[in-house]
Amino acid sequence: MNNRGWLALLLGVILSTAAASAWSDDFTTLATQLKSRDFNTKQQTIEALAKINDPRVLTIFKAMMGGQLFYNEDNSQPYLESEKNGERQFTSVLTGKQAEGMDPFSFHRVVVNNYLRGILRDHLAGLELSSPDEGLRLKAARQMLDDPEPDDMPRIGKALERETSPKVHRVLVLAQDLIRLQKDDSAVRLAAIAGLEGQLEPDVKDALVQLVGPDGKGGSEKDPKVRAAAWSALQGINTRLWWNGIFQNVYFGVSLGAVLLLAAVGLAITFGVMGVINMAHGEMIMLGAYTTYMVQQIWPGLIEYSVFIAIPLAFCVSGLVGVLLERLVIRHLYGRPLETLLATFGVSLALQQAVRTIFSPLNRSVITPDWMSGSFAVNGALSLTWNRLYIIIFALLVLLVLSVVLRKTQFGLQMRAVTQNRRMANSMGIRAGWVDALTFGLGSGIAGIAGVALSQLTNVGPNLGQDYIVDSFMVVVFGGVGNLMGTFFGAMTLGIANKLLEPFSGAVLAKIVVLVFIILFIQKRPRGLFALKGRAIED
Amino acid sequence: MKKGLKAGLMAMALTASLASVQAMAAGVIKVGVLHSLSGTMAISESTLKDTVLMLIKEQNAKGGLLGKKIEPVVVDPASNWPLFAEKAKELLEKDKVSAIFGCWTSVSRKSVLPVVEHDDGILFYPVQWEGEESSKNVFYTGATPNQQAIPAINYLLSKEGGSVKRFALIGTDYVYPRTTNKILEAYLKSKGIKSSDIMVKYTPFGYSDWQTIVSEVKKFGSQGEKTAVVSTINGDANVPFYKELANQGIKAEDIPVVAFSVGEQELSGMDTKPLVGHLAAWNYFMSDDTRANEKFIKEWHKYIGNDKRVTNDPMEATYIGFHMWVKAVQKAGTTDPDAVRKALIGITVPNLSGGYATMMPNHMITKPVQIGEIQSDGQFSVVWQTRGEVAGDAWSDYLPGSKDLIADWRAPMECGHFNVKTGKCTGEKKK
Repeated sequence: MNNRGWLALLLGVILSTAAASAWSDDFTTLATQLKSRDFNTKQQTIEALAKINDPRVLTIFKAMMGGQLFYNEDNSQPYLESEKNGERQFTSVLTGKQAEGMDPFSFHRVVVNNYLRGILRDHLAGLELSSPDEGLRLKAARQMLDDPEPDDMPRIGKALERETSPKVHRVLVLAQDLIRLQKDDSAVRLAAIAGLEGQLEPDVKDALVQLVGPDGKGGSEKDPKVRAAAWSALQGINTRLWWNGIFQNVYFGVSLGAVLLLAAVGLAITFGVMGVINMAHGEMIMLGAYTTYMVQQIWPGLIEYSVFIAIPLAFCVSGLVGVLLERLVIRHLYGRPLETLLATFGVSLALQQAVRTIFSPLNRSVITPDWMSGSFAVNGALSLTWNRLYIIIFALLVLLVLSVVLRKTQFGLQMRAVTQNRRMANSMGIRAGWVDALTFGLGSGIAGIAGVALSQLTNVGPNLGQDYIVDSFMVVVFGGVGNLMGTFFGAMTLGIANKLLEPFSGAVLAKIVVLVFIILFIQKRPRGLFALKGRAIED
Repeated sequence: MKKGLKAGLMAMALTASLASVQAMAAGVIKVGVLHSLSGTMAISESTLKDTVLMLIKEQNAKGGLLGKKIEPVVVDPASNWPLFAEKAKELLEKDKVSAIFGCWTSVSRKSVLPVVEHDDGILFYPVQWEGEESSKNVFYTGATPNQQAIPAINYLLSKEGGSVKRFALIGTDYVYPRTTNKILEAYLKSKGIKSSDIMVKYTPFGYSDWQTIVSEVKKFGSQGEKTAVVSTINGDANVPFYKELANQGIKAEDIPVVAFSVGEQELSGMDTKPLVGHLAAWNYFMSDDTRANEKFIKEWHKYIGNDKRVTNDPMEATYIGFHMWVKAVQKAGTTDPDAVRKALIGITVPNLSGGYATMMPNHMITKPVQIGEIQSDGQFSVVWQTRGEVAGDAWSDYLPGSKDLIADWRAPMECGHFNVKTGKCTGEKKK
């Protein structure tokens, strides 16, 4: 730190001691100091405020975290910003009354940076340990683990007494044990280590590593008994973490597989069953994603349900475009794969440019509903993100529904009949042309549904489709053309292989290795994992 | 009748300004605009095309340049690197433009480079880039690593930035992130950071499956020491990256991400909820509270006809480049490239963040460096900035291959690749 920094710090310390002694109960004075532009002063003010027992402190801290604390340039007082009917309103923190007749431009935000946010969060954790909301208490307790200090001991003890939720209780006990690890009495430390055994929170591992070092040598612990206990606890945790890591990688693989499956399953029908090389498949996905965007634009109040509204709509939009594409272009090109490829490639470029013209070349922001954000904690070290979890379930559902449609319905029967022997089906009274159009529409519609799911994971922009077209073909070819199960196993194999390789090889190399593997595999088994057998396939 | 009308108009113009009529007779000054309007880069580059057109319109409204009207020649290199070279050739040889404003990616610049050098043109390049180049014919108004990345690292190392001890450098796999990260690694090591505390990861373009990398960052960051991510992730891959960060519960207070490629425009296509508190380092933010910026934003909204459109750093760099060129042409009194090039060095114009930009002898400019935190409205609030401006460094001081190199295009050196140890110009020299 340079001289100036020290000086500022010194000044801050003097200020804060002054603040603590002279104005310790003067909430108003401190609160008006928050308007300072200097982050050091702000930090001192926050520390001083935290020592005051006033319910408004919690209000101020929360507002600062959320960026809703403002000050008025005329009277320097803090105000809370809120929005009502699209208009900004300011409520005085000191009086709780709404500001009236004041120029809205005379209010300025109390700017907070990450450093201050960290400090605020620590203090909030202390204040929120007694919150009636279990989620908040759990968060506060977790925060305690981060920086366990002997000063917190009485507070944790009090919180433990009234705690009813076993989840929060467990975390609080962990925090106590972590603090006890710093005690001088080795019996206390031994007991603390016993409590920490098998706990996967990263803070626990850090604390143990501090005691004995990452390899059992070094570390700060002197007592051999405590060392032995800590080392065995650490080893136990490491083993469990290793298993966790394996499970996590497989889960990541399955989730990547589910995304691939969703993107490819529509293609499995258009390319796999009908044999049409549809380069515009990616754009069908893109249309589905844009449908989600439109749904959120039209019904901004229904963000939480937007995905459910978008699924049938996207199916219709992409399906309709698919039917049109089949009727207008592909129908005339059956049996000429090269021309089909070129024509659909042209269509894909046209669709991209159309979207660019209508929606602008910029990406559109699709909001993730709250129920799809965040993650589900399995244990202290492992958590599964909700959006991926839902997408895995969704992909399996789509696959299930699709195979039911293909196997159990009249349409599915006709479709299989037409693809296996067109002339025979025709003579049996099936209108082969319409079945083709509907089959293509079904494949495209499912691509649209995939677009809804992908809009929750990635960018919604004109290039969305291009990112998935190659992967989709890869999955279908690898899995075996004309076979839904093949697509499923193909997607999962590629997803898991990719994710198991990634930690060792990096993302770029993992993709290349998988591609090389597919090339070699196709050499050996040109028909993919699950080849269709029988006469129909021979021509 | 038609002739009479024309004559009448001429007479009117004559009364207005004699000089301008002479200029009309003398013709126009052509300026090339070489930004992709289709393909993947259209998302970023089309805005810069509009910026140049707006600036030209403004200049023409002020009476043009040297009494002539400026006429833009817009071409579309379609995000296709070889096409950039072809279009540049067309602009310089067929349209005979006096200057080109263009390029975004470093590959497109490298593709255009031999053409502008061969045809002796002038190219203004407005995007933050990796450095390690200085051409007689290119003027770099975007930030070099020492004007963006290094100050951002300094901020993270400071107490205000959280006294970060461990760094995860994550980028898309191409030349800008690779070079920047190489410089940053060398710089971090010179600041006493151990190699075990630096993690470097690259991903393919448009990468969307960030699960593994984010979980590795989480693990890397939960070992007791303050950790930050330095991101050179290219535009499109950012949305899934930040989403994954938020979903895995990594908050900006725990592990802040400093990005060098996320600006207002990129944010406008994102759900900003998961991003609040993460950082970006730029030389300009739309939220910069200055009169010049306010005016610029107002004019931009008027020109584009949409008051929701944002402004960003490369737009400011285009603004600076254009005004520098105008001033240099006025100083030289001609659009002859040789004279303008000489005149450009030392030209100073006001920037939009309340300071001044000066063209240095190495064809880089001076810029202030600002660190902004992302707000929920897609804007940045500045939490830190350098005192005064930083001069761009063509050759990094932290790479073994380039620390002895300097660039100086003034006579008598006129070299973009001068080795101060051997005293020799090793790169291209003025022919």
